[in-house]
Amino acid sequence: MEAKRQSKNAFGIAIMDNESAKKLKEDFPIFKNNPKLVYLDNGATTQKPRQVIEAIKEFYENFNANASRGLYGISEKSTEKYANARKIVADFIGAKSEEIILTKNTTDSLNSLAYVIENLIPKEKDEIVLTEMEHHSNLIPWQQLAKRKNWKLRFIKIKNDFSLDIGDAEEKINDKTAIVAFTHVSNALGTINPVKELVKLARENNALSVVDATQSVPHMKVDVKDLNCDFLVFSGHKMLGPTGIGVLYGKKELLEKMPPFSFGGGMIKNVSYENSEFADLPEKFESGTQNIADALALAEAVKYLEEIGIANVEKWEKELRNYLLQGLEKIDGIEIYNQKNSSGIVSMNLNGIHPHDVASMLDDYGIAVRAGHHCCMPLMKKLGINGTIRVSFYIYNTHEDIDQFVDAIKKIKEKFG
Amino acid sequence: MSDSHDEMYKEHLMELYKSQANYGRIENPTHEHTETNASCGDEITMQLLVSDGKIADVKFHGSGCVMSIVSSSLLSDKIKGMHISEAINLSKDDVLELLKINLNPARLKCVTLPLYAIKNSLK
Repeated sequence: MEAKRQSKNAFGIAIMDNESAKKLKEDFPIFKNNPKLVYLDNGATTQKPRQVIEAIKEFYENFNANASRGLYGISEKSTEKYANARKIVADFIGAKSEEIILTKNTTDSLNSLAYVIENLIPKEKDEIVLTEMEHHSNLIPWQQLAKRKNWKLRFIKIKNDFSLDIGDAEEKINDKTAIVAFTHVSNALGTINPVKELVKLARENNALSVVDATQSVPHMKVDVKDLNCDFLVFSGHKMLGPTGIGVLYGKKELLEKMPPFSFGGGMIKNVSYENSEFADLPEKFESGTQNIADALALAEAVKYLEEIGIANVEKWEKELRNYLLQGLEKIDGIEIYNQKNSSGIVSMNLNGIHPHDVASMLDDYGIAVRAGHHCCMPLMKKLGINGTIRVSFYIYNTHEDIDQFVDAIKKIKEKFG
Repeated sequence: MSDSHDEMYKEHLMELYKSQANYGRIENPTHEHTETNASCGDEITMQLLVSDGKIADVKFHGSGCVMSIVSSSLLSDKIKGMHISEAINLSKDDVLELLKINLNPARLKCVTLPLYAIKNSLK
């Protein structure tokens, strides 16, 4: 009784170029409803294709029932679809289904992990190593854990070119290190960190590695087996999916050893008034009724990305980045913080102009960017700035979007004289 | 896209921003307070010279967006010659009346930054 819907995107050709980006845009109702919108804030959240929006509607209209509970048709379908959604997400990052815990988002994944990870740590270890470029979500949960356990927090320095100082990492990650938690791609600077190298350093020192892949999984091939990390987290809404659904990946043997962080229905095998026996993976970590609709929609988002090909996504963002940098080259008085990187995030400032003024004025031209500290207050303080203007791309961005942005920047500069 | 931005960055406000009226320091202020907005990094210090309960001179310094600078300039003018009992009772509506613009809640914080610096300096 599934509603008829188109599963194919508007794309249908193998190579991403400006024409195919324009065509992809047609899949996103927000651009039809806001024809003037130039959306360059994809690091904050991405827009949703109709296929994702329809998946939510389809669930609620056709087989809404609690998963893993009812002994009737639509509940069985809901259960099967939820399991299948998990499998699709697992395959996307090279994991096993049981290694995928569905959460609310990255923040939820990291907080949940930080509640219970200490159970995997040998007693003699008492240091957590982070980097200076972490988002607050990969800083504060570890700060709280450190306070609770009276552990020490250490930060791997960033160099003048905004890349990570690996020499400093080698020094700070040692036999006292319990956890090394770091971002794959910096949301504020666009820096792409050497994940494998950091994971290797952690492993050599018998420390657990936690990768914040929020800004990488949506934009480039991420394979947990290849990275060999212990844990990896990301959010659905930054990869065409809905808000309210995210992922906590963990190596099976670690998840098996780790106690649950949340208790209640759905996560048990057997309960008496005195005691409970917990369910196997992954249900052990998913208490209460799950966010079924958004899990299904996230799977649809993954399918959409796979149809385009994640390598194509990465290539197109690189092309957009180069096109933007070329456009900005001709304008004086712009500081770009991460020239050397190749991610789809470009962070900049116009000399002497507050980033919030620039963002407000860009809005007058229909252009949406993020301006401010990007939830990285300690990093901004270190750089001696009150924030940056951040342009972040996705598959539906076109050369025309960038032309409009560059033109608007020129006009804003004129206004300030 | 909100219409209020067009208003926000009107030419006269941009001119006022560029002129930086009342920006500077008073040599021996009787009252001084720095107000910061951690979320945007703005920091405005208001310095007042009060004599016989009246505000004889006002200057401000610090860094901020167009809105917080313009608001600081205009508020400095407004309270010059005012009795401190009057200045301490100024409200955000008084600030908005000075600017003659509508602001969304996020930017309201910018224009009230100097207001709270003044009020807190007089406490």
